[in-house]
Amino acid sequence: MKNRKRSGGNAAFLAPLYLFTVVFLIGPFVYMIVLSFLTRAESWGVVNEFTFSNYTKILKPLYLSTFSRSLKLALLVTFLIALTGYPFGYYMAKLPPKRRARLLMLVMIPFYTSSLMRMYGWIIIFRANGVLDKLLLALHVIERPLKLLYTYPAVVVGMVYALLPFMMLSVYSSVEKMDWSLVEAARDMGASPTKAFFTVTFPLTMPGLMTGVILSFIPSMGLFFVADILGGNKIVLVGNVIQEQLMKVHDWPFAAALSVVLMLMMTVMIWLYRKITGSSEMEGMI
Amino acid sequence: MKKRSFFSEFYLILLTVLMYLPIIIVMIYSFNENKLSSVWSGLSLRWYEDLFRDRDIAAALLNSLILGVLSSLAAAVIGTLGAIGTLRTGFRGKGVMEYIATLPMMTPEIILGMLFLAFFSLLGLPFGMMTLVISHTAFCIPYVFMQVKARLAGMDKSYEEAARDLGARPFRVFFDITFPLIFPGILSGILLSFAMSFDDVIISVFVTGANVNTLPILIYTRLKTGLTPKINALCTLMFLATLFLVLLSSVIGRVGNHKKRKEPTP
Repeated sequence: MKNRKRSGGNAAFLAPLYLFTVVFLIGPFVYMIVLSFLTRAESWGVVNEFTFSNYTKILKPLYLSTFSRSLKLALLVTFLIALTGYPFGYYMAKLPPKRRARLLMLVMIPFYTSSLMRMYGWIIIFRANGVLDKLLLALHVIERPLKLLYTYPAVVVGMVYALLPFMMLSVYSSVEKMDWSLVEAARDMGASPTKAFFTVTFPLTMPGLMTGVILSFIPSMGLFFVADILGGNKIVLVGNVIQEQLMKVHDWPFAAALSVVLMLMMTVMIWLYRKITGSSEMEGMI
Repeated sequence: MKKRSFFSEFYLILLTVLMYLPIIIVMIYSFNENKLSSVWSGLSLRWYEDLFRDRDIAAALLNSLILGVLSSLAAAVIGTLGAIGTLRTGFRGKGVMEYIATLPMMTPEIILGMLFLAFFSLLGLPFGMMTLVISHTAFCIPYVFMQVKARLAGMDKSYEEAARDLGARPFRVFFDITFPLIFPGILSGILLSFAMSFDDVIISVFVTGANVNTLPILIYTRLKTGLTPKINALCTLMFLATLFLVLLSSVIGRVGNHKKRKEPTP
């Protein structure tokens, strides 16, 4: 009885969060789904007429190719992030506590630094006769400037760079709380270090890796400003289409349909994550 | 064994250096006397002088500061109360609400931007500072919520129980016991929120009005049009501000944790 009364008093604490969440998160999400089934008005705004055309429009070759280009880029970017970020998180977790805390700080700082500033740095590095060209010319690695800015590799580097901290931090957090006695047991039973890693460590750190994959894969389709700034107007991703439909073409229902498809992909990935890892918490979200 | 640890040292250092490389390059070129970033013609502080004379930048800075303060404080109140409520009540369906409340952390920013743009115009809200504050509050709440929740989870419940047994009402218990104990968590949540809000570009681009510029929006527009080292100078100062906030947040967090460890365990 006493407990019930207590929880009644505490329930008032939840009111602001629930109110805000219902009005400013659930509301917008529901409206986005509704909007994606509405018809675009001739000039401006939307007409309340039910239609599937926004979704069938995605199947048009123009948009379908954008989707597949974005998917390919996202796969490549995610693969590179996993390849470079996993060892980093792993090694970081194995450092002695003091150095680990210091390195963690060093990873957090770029994470909170303006992503624009970080992209801007790459502009200076990649532009024709920029830092990279000058360096490689001076070292006689190349004979004429590479002019990497506004190319596909520049966008890939920018994306990897922007999203890498997510992977580092989530892998770090799952390696850090791993039970090392299991690895020792495997080693004692005669497993080689490599075998112990792949049969024990790797499966145990799967939640961290998967969280990193989810946090890099979907955003890499949406980071329109990276494609914008480092790719010029040559590389168009789903994110750029959404932005263009919203701000220039003013076809909001279509932009909503694209967003719903992205959200669905994300939901499927989170569902898979829970299915595979059997846990509901994402690894190292902070 | 030795060889492997050499490799891991090398790898950690290499990636850390690469992570800071673009930031450092932006900072170095902010002192370049030449207008072109491809030509280095000597050290100069002229771009900083230029920066302080730019009225658009001053106005954008003021907007960013107002926005950061308002949204991180709003997120602090909502997120803190929410975290306490979530951990201290056995309310059905709170798992679902918690999932939805922290959803902005996982949702790609472009989708959040689209959501808010569409919803605010459905409600007929005027685009400007108010819409910016609402949307920034939404993506800051999870940061405060997670920080405070982690702190509460590690807190000894018996203090609160003792206060209640002595007859304190829930709000009294909150202000006298709970709040002082979780304060470091709230503070570091506020600082992180401020840093996130201060740097956000994607969501802000969608929900701002024609007359309200924030610093990141201004930088984005200028990066797309013409590059001047003035932007380098601006980015450098913003980086130093972020650096300060993140370090401060970590120091506060550490001080709090230290105290917690010293508390006697029953």
